[in-house]
Amino acid sequence: RCSGIDFEIIIIDDGSPDGTQEVAQQLEKIYGSDKILLRPRAKKLGLGTAYIHGMKYATGDFIVIMDADLSHHPKFIPEFIRKQKEGNFDIVSGTRYKGNGGVYGWDLKRKLISRGANFLTQVLLRPGASDLTGSFRLYRKEVLEKLMEKCVSKGYVFQMEMIVRARQLGFTIGEVPISFVDRVYGESKLGGNEIVSFLKGLLTLFATT
Amino acid sequence: MTKLGQWLCGLALLGSAWAALALAPSELQLPTPLREALLPLPVYLLVAFGCYSLATVGYRLATFNDCEEAAAELQEQIRAARADLRRRGLRL
Repeated sequence: RCSGIDFEIIIIDDGSPDGTQEVAQQLEKIYGSDKILLRPRAKKLGLGTAYIHGMKYATGDFIVIMDADLSHHPKFIPEFIRKQKEGNFDIVSGTRYKGNGGVYGWDLKRKLISRGANFLTQVLLRPGASDLTGSFRLYRKEVLEKLMEKCVSKGYVFQMEMIVRARQLGFTIGEVPISFVDRVYGESKLGGNEIVSFLKGLLTLFATT
Repeated sequence: MTKLGQWLCGLALLGSAWAALALAPSELQLPTPLREALLPLPVYLLVAFGCYSLATVGYRLATFNDCEEAAAELQEQIRAARADLRRRGLRL
């Protein structure tokens, strides 16, 4: 509010059993329904459809996508905005791997997997962005709409596909280092299943883009 | 062209150049030491790339920033936010 930037917050909850909706409704009462837009869904659907669902209600020119569990800190949003203005970028991506970006709450094994996977991605896809699996990004609204039409994958690979397709379509991408504080609430899981589906997705992107 | 396509083209190019020079019959006027070095070149390059990969990932792993202050700051901000929201009427 103090920064003079016009904003609204769209909350998409798929009926989380932890009371998210009740808290969100109270916040809506406190801050006004022009600032807090609660748009819940009946059952648990995927992240991609959540983006599409949210975009229908967005009235701004830019959309910031972020996790709601405080692993992504809103304090970076002004930096995203500043970066976007600086280079008139179509996308500003938060990176954990460059500058003073980083993580908290990851053990060595988790970090190794992260760096290893990112290295593999850089070698195979040469994407021109340092953090492909991150999901803290600012998009120009039309750019996000265009990308959502084209992207087909799920999970981590979906985030990667967004950046790869953006490059294909000639969109410009800027980067801002962010700190990712994991496990503020709950557990951080990275199982064998996720690694396998990441590799499958990476190879698919390699062969099709 | 897809990334896979680029890789295949690149490998085909380098591969045929290497095959032409290294496996050519000895009519070609290439000095023997050069031919002897060319033959295992693909394996050398593979090993070199392997070492580069290990070194790069190792270095990036070692320099992976740990955001201690960010975590501490966040905890503090959560406390302040909870207090503020409680004052405004939020009940958790």
